[in-house]
Amino acid sequence: MSVVAEDKKVKQSYKHVGTRPVRHDGLEKINGKARFAADIIKPRMIHGHVLRSPHAHAKILSIDTTEAEAMPGVKAVVTASDFPLPKKDEGFPHRPKNLIARDKVRYEGQTVAAVAATTRRQAREAAAKIIVNYEELPAVMTIDEAMAEDAPLVHEDLITKGIDPKEAKPSNIAESNFYECGDIDVGFKEADFIFEHEFSTEAFHQGYIEPHACLADTGKDGRSEIWCSSQGHFMVRSATANMLGWETSKIKVIPAEIGGGFGGKTTIYLEPLAVKLSQKADRPVKMVMTRDEVFRATGPTPGTKIHVKIGVKNNGEITAGKAWLAYESGAFPGSWAKLGKWCVFACYNIPNIQIEALEVLVNKPVNIAYRAPSAPMAAFATETVLDQIAKKIKMDPIEIRLLNAVEEGDYNHSEMVGTFQRIGLKETLEAIRNHPNYKIPLGPNQGRGIATGFWFNIAESSSATVNLTEDGKAVVITGSPDIGGSRASMALMAAEELGIDAKLIQPLVGDTEAVGFTDVTEGSRATFATGLAVVKACQKLVVQLKERASIMWECSVDDIDWVDGSAVHKEGKEPSLSLAEITAKAKKTGGPLNATGSLEAKGQGPGFSTQMCDLEVDPETGRVTILRYTTAQDAGTAIHPSYVEGQMQGGVAQGIGWALNEEYIHNKNGMMENPGFLDYRIPVASDMPMIETIIVEVPNPKHPYGVRGVGEVGIVPPLPAVANAIHDAVGIRLRDAPMSPVRVLAALNQENGTNG
Amino acid sequence: MIKVFLGSNLKSFTNGSEVLEIEATSVRSLIKELNRQYPGIEDALESGFALAIDGEVIANPGYEKLKETSEVRFLSPMQGG
Repeated sequence: MSVVAEDKKVKQSYKHVGTRPVRHDGLEKINGKARFAADIIKPRMIHGHVLRSPHAHAKILSIDTTEAEAMPGVKAVVTASDFPLPKKDEGFPHRPKNLIARDKVRYEGQTVAAVAATTRRQAREAAAKIIVNYEELPAVMTIDEAMAEDAPLVHEDLITKGIDPKEAKPSNIAESNFYECGDIDVGFKEADFIFEHEFSTEAFHQGYIEPHACLADTGKDGRSEIWCSSQGHFMVRSATANMLGWETSKIKVIPAEIGGGFGGKTTIYLEPLAVKLSQKADRPVKMVMTRDEVFRATGPTPGTKIHVKIGVKNNGEITAGKAWLAYESGAFPGSWAKLGKWCVFACYNIPNIQIEALEVLVNKPVNIAYRAPSAPMAAFATETVLDQIAKKIKMDPIEIRLLNAVEEGDYNHSEMVGTFQRIGLKETLEAIRNHPNYKIPLGPNQGRGIATGFWFNIAESSSATVNLTEDGKAVVITGSPDIGGSRASMALMAAEELGIDAKLIQPLVGDTEAVGFTDVTEGSRATFATGLAVVKACQKLVVQLKERASIMWECSVDDIDWVDGSAVHKEGKEPSLSLAEITAKAKKTGGPLNATGSLEAKGQGPGFSTQMCDLEVDPETGRVTILRYTTAQDAGTAIHPSYVEGQMQGGVAQGIGWALNEEYIHNKNGMMENPGFLDYRIPVASDMPMIETIIVEVPNPKHPYGVRGVGEVGIVPPLPAVANAIHDAVGIRLRDAPMSPVRVLAALNQENGTNG
Repeated sequence: MIKVFLGSNLKSFTNGSEVLEIEATSVRSLIKELNRQYPGIEDALESGFALAIDGEVIANPGYEKLKETSEVRFLSPMQGG
């Protein structure tokens, strides 16, 4: 179902935007014709294999590849010495140091060397013959261990950033961020109740079904072509070039289809290795990770420890919020706590706020984005405490949120933009309150939990090229890999601008030499920003089409309107000319019709989601069964409602996995003990009820169709929604995720439902 | 005068001040002026930053024009999933 804001209703209605055509790439996806990175085959191709660190923390004393290089079928071996000394990589300054270990390994699974051989087996067997002498070091695997006095240092020379005056000693705290607004002491003095609690979350993996894979073919001319699966092939090009010390233009990246990313493919792991192996072997080199490698060597979310304190008046008005957030970064510094800081209180009008956010290094894989990175952990804390407050003052959980919710003109505590423009948080809360599911009676051991969430969304740079064909169709080429149905939304926006059916649009993803630069598909930006590039290109084409019609009619272009895909003479002097009729004569009126659109987009609208979880707890086993789940999200305008619903459901499903099942388990030596889907259990269809969606449409005033990013915010509320529902069901307040049967049962036994 | 919100990472250059008033007509001139008053700040920004100018986030700022009444907020490079 959908809820449309009043300001949307007064806008013009669309003919194509908001419809649900069959996805353009659907047939190829179901008949197996779609080509993913691991499907790419080249003549003379050989196979690469990575030798990974068996230790969580160790010095590399020496590497001897002599025996490996003499093994049958081996064509090339690379170590860190084959790459130039690392230089900073824009956006991820430490990425080159992470991609291949030089002096030290800092987590189990970090790349130490790579081998290319005729077969995968030969490459694997040769890698096992590489002799690496390590000096093992003690590892720090948790925030508490990393922050302990005299903790082993992940980086011996790292001084905490953001502290003034600078710390004298190195530590595992890479960065400290602080935010303050109002007077926190006054805020708590004004409160009638103060609640404070500590929360923790484990590391969670994105669980994309397709492991990382690439094929690189490096020629003697010093150029390389890479086929790979990623969330941004221009990022692959620049990051690989940076790692190799090459000019960016020496590398061409051809995007393969992507079998899931969710943030996990916003970086690279294999590509520079494959390029270098290919160069040394003078053969195309293919590399495909196993699932085990994906878990051990690629970035999950940070594990976190968060302390939240909220003061509230008797009437539910929040007077103060204080948060201390510690986010793991993995083995190299990241920016995850900072994102948590932006999100922890962003849903509410709180006059007095104080937040400290710490990035903490541990001997684990370097963390990478996962759908609204860092926001779910922050919401887990804030939304659980708010639920506790609502229960204490006997206030409806939606009413207390509505009372404090931000709206247009309110200060945005995400610290970014001053005040909010038009947003739809309140509308999502009202949509859940008005839904029939909110009134369904619950049985014994059943509970209902409410939570809301914020994600700021990102804009960045995008490009599109639109070519009109002789037979009146449009080929829309963009630089954004289609990770969530963006082909369909690009086609619909092009259809709306050009006035032709979406079936007549062929949306494609162009390689790095076929379309203009486009940033990574992240921050729910593709439909917003790349959509703007498509709109811009199509608007240029409409101008051209009118000009061509004016040539055909021998009249002024000012006499022509563009209406529903046809040129129309304003005074009715000529019968209308369809787009196909104009493109058929293109050679006679000036040549082919095409246009490009490129921009650094601005004006992305933040996303809000409110969710309601009904569940049942088995008091004998601690197992939690989700009975029904309802999610309301402000999508701005749903370009293709089915894909918006899919994004909403996908975010919820993954969030339920975080809440109930998923976690990295390491042994005392820092080795991951569950690197596979049998033991790292993501939810499957049989774990889930139908997730009911309510698309709330409060248009983003900064987009011609009112688009907001929709891909991420759906994962923010499930952790607290599940926690709050468990409390409602059996009276235990869980503050450590996942809330697995073991933890639920332990809490039931220990607290007997008395700690809420 | 432009109102500038630096954020905690840059305050080590400004003796702890996070909010400043700076005379500038563009992002370029703002950064030059900040660096003149607080040497080293331009180098610190080299590893990447974003800005919010009058409520609009700009992921890759550089040469945007500023009004006398503009509010500029320095942000870390943004990441999403």
